[in-house]
Amino acid sequence: MKPILSVRGLTKSFGRRVACRDVAFELWPGEVLGIVGESGSGKTTLLNCLAGRLTPDAGSVDYDSAAYGPIDVHGLSEARRRFLSRTEWGFVNQDARDGLRMGVSAGANIGERLMAVGARHYGEIRHTASEWLGRVEIEQDRLDDRPTTYSGGMRQRLQIARNLVSNPRLVFMDEPTGGLDVSVQARILDLLRSLVQTLHLSAVLVTHDLGVARLLTHRLMVMQGGRVVEDGLTDQVLDDPQHAYTQMLVASILPV
Amino acid sequence: MYVAVKGGETAIAHSLELLADKRRGERSVPELSLEQIDQQLSLAVDRVMTEGSCYDRSLAALAIKQARGDLIEAIFLLRAYRTTLPRFGNSLPIDTSTMVVERRISATFKDIPGGQVLGPTFDYTHRLLDFSLAAASERPPAPTGEVDDMQALPRVGDILERGGLLEPPPQGGTSEDLTRQPLTLPAARPLRLQNLARGDEGFLLALGYSTQRGYGNNHPFVGEIRYGHVAVSFVPEELGFAIEIADIEITECDMVNQFAGSHDVPPQFTRGYGLAFGHAERKAIAMALVDRALRAQELSETVSSPAQDEEFVLAHSDNVEASGFVQHLKLPHYVDFQSELVTVRALREEVEERNRRAAEGGAALDQAAE
Amino acid sequence: MPDSNSQAGAYNYAYLDEQTKRMIRRAILKAVAVPGYQVPFGGREMPLPYGWGTGGIQVTAAIIGRDDTLKVIDQGADDTTNAVSIRHFFAKVADVATTTSTEQATIIQTRHRVPETPLREGQIIVFQVPIPEPLRMLEPRETETRTLHALAEYGVMQVSLYESIARHGRIAKTYNYPVMVNGRYIMSPSPIPKFDNPKLDRSPALQLYGAGREKRIYAVPPYTPVKSLDFDDHPFEVERWDECCALCGSRESFLDEVIVDDAGQRMFVCSDTDWCERRR
Repeated sequence: MKPILSVRGLTKSFGRRVACRDVAFELWPGEVLGIVGESGSGKTTLLNCLAGRLTPDAGSVDYDSAAYGPIDVHGLSEARRRFLSRTEWGFVNQDARDGLRMGVSAGANIGERLMAVGARHYGEIRHTASEWLGRVEIEQDRLDDRPTTYSGGMRQRLQIARNLVSNPRLVFMDEPTGGLDVSVQARILDLLRSLVQTLHLSAVLVTHDLGVARLLTHRLMVMQGGRVVEDGLTDQVLDDPQHAYTQMLVASILPV
Repeated sequence: MYVAVKGGETAIAHSLELLADKRRGERSVPELSLEQIDQQLSLAVDRVMTEGSCYDRSLAALAIKQARGDLIEAIFLLRAYRTTLPRFGNSLPIDTSTMVVERRISATFKDIPGGQVLGPTFDYTHRLLDFSLAAASERPPAPTGEVDDMQALPRVGDILERGGLLEPPPQGGTSEDLTRQPLTLPAARPLRLQNLARGDEGFLLALGYSTQRGYGNNHPFVGEIRYGHVAVSFVPEELGFAIEIADIEITECDMVNQFAGSHDVPPQFTRGYGLAFGHAERKAIAMALVDRALRAQELSETVSSPAQDEEFVLAHSDNVEASGFVQHLKLPHYVDFQSELVTVRALREEVEERNRRAAEGGAALDQAAE
Repeated sequence: MPDSNSQAGAYNYAYLDEQTKRMIRRAILKAVAVPGYQVPFGGREMPLPYGWGTGGIQVTAAIIGRDDTLKVIDQGADDTTNAVSIRHFFAKVADVATTTSTEQATIIQTRHRVPETPLREGQIIVFQVPIPEPLRMLEPRETETRTLHALAEYGVMQVSLYESIARHGRIAKTYNYPVMVNGRYIMSPSPIPKFDNPKLDRSPALQLYGAGREKRIYAVPPYTPVKSLDFDDHPFEVERWDECCALCGSRESFLDEVIVDDAGQRMFVCSDTDWCERRR
């Protein structure tokens, strides 16, 4: 079995500020990797470099694609990278508005990836979109409503459906439950966990919330000041942190 | 019996005659001469030359007369004429530091070498209608002092730049010309400036104003405004050296804006630039404000307001394009409208049909329930 | 300043100077080589305003010659004011024969209609185009639409058609109906009613499209497939009327609705005046 993602020496700076330095890891099919750290630790920059949204200053990101075989994400043409983003990859933004078309219906939002690769049967597209609404626990009679009429939690579910409709192999998630109500968060986390399992997704998940990490991820990387200071199986890292920074993070979770 | 409307040709001919008649107005009133327009409505002539992109006072005056005072129509006339003119080449860039100045002021310093030369301007007038202008009067020429042709007034911008306080002006020109090639985005600054110089004064005024009210404020100060004559020089192939071919009046505005810099890079004030034919300070200042706003990305500022949106500003600044497209709505669109009518009627029928069936279904249920 | 008598002799044949005509022809050749692709060109100010057909006029001026016969129509009619104005312009500056007969024309410049009489090989139809970019209303940025065309990323267009069906039960686009040209580029056929779209598909004539204000030229060479976008289960359909033309009885042509009295009484007549007259 080959890793689905291989990262080496990934470094990215903005002017004099080094956002992430020398990051290296492998992601295996079906694995969910968490990247945790405080804001400013470089985790979102790292995620954007992995997903091809930012170009790193050094290092490489290799992805084992279904369409093109093993490829270097940053060596790929823009056309192919955009194609991968619409088919084999998903990207769940913290703010659902960044990942949705707010001006068109939920059905159109979900159906877009299908239409982008040639789906031309309105009834079938609508049917698939409707099924996905069900899978993300949104009432199917909301299919023709625009996301502007949805609550924050519903928008996030819609964003998830919009990404998963193309059966992606790899999903990037940037604080997928950030900014949502605690109870809403819990339900979406449950949804994500079951979808990841049933669909055998691989995922890279960025979060500052260790509870989210524990619930969703198999492995964890802890970032501080742009560097990975600790990594390992999620339960091990959270139950028996070795690095002082990780210990501080774990200790600062308020006991409920 | 309906007869298809014909006679469009005759109707057009009559319309043109009526227009010519309106243009002349009451025959008892003396006809305007081009000299009168050039001399006594000179600011209108200046604007038409600037936005018409053609420096020729009598052509602009003719355009204004033909357009009955509608300046955008006059600008269109001048542009259309310009299209037909042969081009010999490009002049050398004009050197405004050699300008024979009629007016030159700075808001950044109380006094500057060469002084604040007030010149002719509305700025110090009280806006009270002067009824004495209703009648012709003999006005003796204003007394003037000696003009020192050789006195080059140092630019405030140069003075600030020498101290390292102001960024140097951008280097290098461009051979791109919007009157020959379509605008491509992103546009380099020289092309943006060409677009703005030809751009509608009202549009730039509103955008510049918006920056001052917070839509992308860049802390502007008028470093210098100068208005006067400069020579235009050209190097003919046959001669191989420069000769002066014309003397033109221009207004130039150097804006000093928000300083840029950081922890390690010493801050400097940044520049905005405006230029217009004739005496046109409002245009030059507005243009400088918008020029600076459009540099937001280059200067790593957040792009958030319309004046900073290059595509929005440059695509909509040309009033000849805008006027054409806006007014084209007057042209017949009845075929397209017919398509819409057919569809809207069909959709309405479908909705009414659905509602009718829903009501019948409801009535049937009621019946069944009884 | 040129003296007032020198108007007539002051302009080149067909108004534009030869350099400009050459520049436009180069753009036309590029356009023909890549069917449906919008070629930027250095459009000039013309004596008619932007929005009045300056793009079509520049294309026609670049290709017209003394042995051409020119027909100009607007809304399908030869004698609407705009068509009259343009026809006169060319009669004056190009010293060319003009006609109202579709069959006799070698060049047909048109605004908002395709003639009902089928075009034949050797004819050129020049369309006046206001907004050449078919994606413009979905994506206002030129920098983005350029990329979408380059990568053939047309999902956003299909999404808008889906949305129309979701909202109205059908694709409610009636004119300027988007088409796929030669299986590669989505193109705006100009604001012709969708009724006319089928005439573009594999037409024996050369189709040229000129947008003066937006400074784009595009083309569809003869016999090129032009397919109106739709869904398999919501196929493309043209407009239909219950009535026929009150003047010639035609049931096959696009009909204009004319209000004949205060009570809103209406009658329908052929939009294509040449077609209608021939049948009577």
